[in-house]
Amino acid sequence: MEVLDYSLVDWSRAQFALTAIYHWLFVPLTLGLGMIISIMETVYYKTGKTEWKRMTQFWMTLFGINFAIGIATGIILEFQFGTNWSNFSWFVGDIFGAPLAIEGILAFFMEATFIAVMFFGWNKVSKGFHLASTWLTVLGATLSAVWILVANAWMQFPDGMTFNPITVRNEMTDFWSVLLSPVAINKFLHTVTSSWIIGAAFVVGVSSWFILKKRELELARVSIQIAVVIGFTGTVLAIFTGDGSARQVAQRQPMKLAAMEGLYEGKCGQGLVAFGLLNLSKKTYDDQIDPFLFRVEIPYALSYLSFHDFKAFVPGITDLMNGGYAGITARGKQEITLSVEEKMYRGQKALQALADFKLAKKANNEFLATVNRHILEENYNYFGYGFIKDKKEVIPNVTLTFYAFRIMVLLGLFFLFYFVLLWYMNQKDKLKNQKWLLWLSVLAIPLAYICSESGWIVAEVGRQPWVIQDIMPTFAAVSNIEVGSVKTTFLLFAILFAVLLIVEVSIMIKAIKKGPENVH
Amino acid sequence: MDYIFLQQYWWFLISLLGALLVFLLFVQGGQTLLYTIGKTDLETTMLINALGRKWEFTFTTLVTFGGAFFASFPLFYSTSFGGAYWVWMAILFCFILQAVSYEFRSKKGNILGKRTYDLFLLINGFGGTVLLGTAVATFFTGSDFLVNRDNLTNLTNPVISRWTNPLYGLEALLNIQNVMLGVAVFFLSRVTASLYFINCIEDVSILKRARKQVFVNFVPFLALFLGFVIWTFFGQGFAVNPVNQEIYKLSAKYFLNLIEMPAVLALFIAGVFSLLFGVIKTLLKPDFRKGVWFSGVGIIATVLALFLVAGLNNTAYYPSNADLQSSLTIYNSSSSFFTLKVMSVVSLIIPFVLLYIFWVWRAINGKRIDKEEMESGDHTY
Repeated sequence: MEVLDYSLVDWSRAQFALTAIYHWLFVPLTLGLGMIISIMETVYYKTGKTEWKRMTQFWMTLFGINFAIGIATGIILEFQFGTNWSNFSWFVGDIFGAPLAIEGILAFFMEATFIAVMFFGWNKVSKGFHLASTWLTVLGATLSAVWILVANAWMQFPDGMTFNPITVRNEMTDFWSVLLSPVAINKFLHTVTSSWIIGAAFVVGVSSWFILKKRELELARVSIQIAVVIGFTGTVLAIFTGDGSARQVAQRQPMKLAAMEGLYEGKCGQGLVAFGLLNLSKKTYDDQIDPFLFRVEIPYALSYLSFHDFKAFVPGITDLMNGGYAGITARGKQEITLSVEEKMYRGQKALQALADFKLAKKANNEFLATVNRHILEENYNYFGYGFIKDKKEVIPNVTLTFYAFRIMVLLGLFFLFYFVLLWYMNQKDKLKNQKWLLWLSVLAIPLAYICSESGWIVAEVGRQPWVIQDIMPTFAAVSNIEVGSVKTTFLLFAILFAVLLIVEVSIMIKAIKKGPENVH
Repeated sequence: MDYIFLQQYWWFLISLLGALLVFLLFVQGGQTLLYTIGKTDLETTMLINALGRKWEFTFTTLVTFGGAFFASFPLFYSTSFGGAYWVWMAILFCFILQAVSYEFRSKKGNILGKRTYDLFLLINGFGGTVLLGTAVATFFTGSDFLVNRDNLTNLTNPVISRWTNPLYGLEALLNIQNVMLGVAVFFLSRVTASLYFINCIEDVSILKRARKQVFVNFVPFLALFLGFVIWTFFGQGFAVNPVNQEIYKLSAKYFLNLIEMPAVLALFIAGVFSLLFGVIKTLLKPDFRKGVWFSGVGIIATVLALFLVAGLNNTAYYPSNADLQSSLTIYNSSSSFFTLKVMSVVSLIIPFVLLYIFWVWRAINGKRIDKEEMESGDHTY
């Protein structure tokens, strides 16, 4: 029997990370810019003034350039679930089925159908029909994010299912708790509203460039006015949902939270690291080296943010490894936490029980099958730990998670103040004299992307090694293919993505430099 | 609603999506005819724009076809995608190239130049059709894989579905029967594309050349398709014993399925006739512009019948030549009863979706594309 190569897991992860990060360069702009365009066209519909149509069409051109590549990269993710994570696809296919069906039927075709009207329909359909199409395209695009986010949320917090030992997969038992799980709702809102920040930063940045070049001053001013409102709203909602997200992580993925904070030894009344420099010579959790070279803490803040209680105990990585403290389980039960070794033991028991169940079934020994089924069910919450070979595997990359989290939060706060400032300056018509602010706005476009991608890095790196929290590690999820094949496709994707990104940016810059066209 | 009904219902929906996809591949076929039917820049632009407002339907149907397969028959998804890696990756690359090409080809600053994007469209047109056709043919000819659910408890290699052919899917291209269907789909897509151009473009020389292409591509299509159908219908098929779910080979299984399911037989015959009617009437009557509708409905009906033959009536729809008992049937590879039930409730919205697609299609294609429209600069690719 061939042995699965660990480098296969790494390359498969690398490929998925590459395609997901790349895809996420285009989706948030589609969602954010889409909102802004829809509002502009609504004003055009109400007032009938051609300058609004001209503005809508200009931003719509940029929307179209970005949209195409978002579509092109979305299909890669869908295919990759099968091509590179085949075991995962079977193990959870039954859970993803229903949300995927909803999305396919409701969202995909809505987006694809009405975008044709958006681009070709100006002289073919009525103004009202066109406006409705624009809104429906944006709605379709937003709904297209539902399935993937529900799926992702379920992977962070598996719920509403039971494991069927005969089919060897998780089967959905409660549709609503999959679709409306608090993690899913929060994730969806956080993702969509944070995308508005990117859309707004993009519109503000491009408009600022026009002001710097002393072109299209009125169009730029009005565009900024709309964008900052969307951007501010998005930032406030993203902060609000981000707070909810942190609390969910604290309860359901404490290891991720510990990694986000670089927290090794937890305590009651734990502070939040506002700024900190990690000590890179710390290699393992038990090497007694201080994880920080330097840190500034906000006292009690982590306890409060995690549990709404200034005195609550927040476990660190060492606590989670050793267990033995009174904690709250993902399902809200109070219990003494198991050590990772104990979890591994229970995971192995679950796997062995599954194997024995299968043997008993083949031998038609119903009694033994029932006994083993029972053992399996008792230990299923730790099923994935059965695949873990070294207990240190369950600690995610702390450096990456810690810094990505800080970058996301700091940039989020930056955008909050930035949109308020811009709104004020623009309102008073002072913006054109503030060159520094205009240049900052141009610079803020990449910052918005960095903020958004950092959020995904926290969410995904922070939950390693799990593809499904506690139930399935990445090792057990991959396809049984050759490492060479994955390396080759990784390289092909990397080349293709680099070329397409250069082309996209080049086209975008040309279209911006050309500016809006005159409307007849 | 019982489990078997739901499994059959979802196989029907998958089949319908597959059938729609084959019809919508006219976009791909059209992409291979850009310079055959279009002789001047303006003519090519007209063709590109005729296709450009439809390409997303094809693309979305492909995405939905994949998604629906994942949702309703996840074991197929994990076995085929995770095994026939290179075929699916090749299809994927063909379609990524397409998705950017329409938007980028005539934009300033596109670096690679218009001709490169047209080459991408050509690659998608040829590769997309041949590879998809070949992949679908393996539903009848089989592939080399093993499925063993007990593997999950194997700590050194827990993968359930394993491909046993070292070419990881590319071996499908070495089987003549598969390639016959692949190339047939390619020619068919060019026939439908020509019929579509005749339907939606107002230009004398394009019409003339498109009509010629209908004929030129229909002849090889017919030969290859007949060859594939006869070979498949009367060759060995993969049957399932309904009592113990054992899979065995049976001669003329697919033909028997047609005979045993008269409704599917009727669908198949009606489909073939409708396809022929659309093509032949277009060839005989120069002012007949609606051929694409008759042929389109015909293609959908025929392909639907073929998919139904592959999966219903105790047949293994994704057979394994490496181990017959690993073959996938709609019963051993589907989602659970509860999931299929929820999905089925959602599927009741489908008619409304089809309705608005039809409505928007008419709104956009209400007036035929002509030179004036292209020259007026109204969003052209």
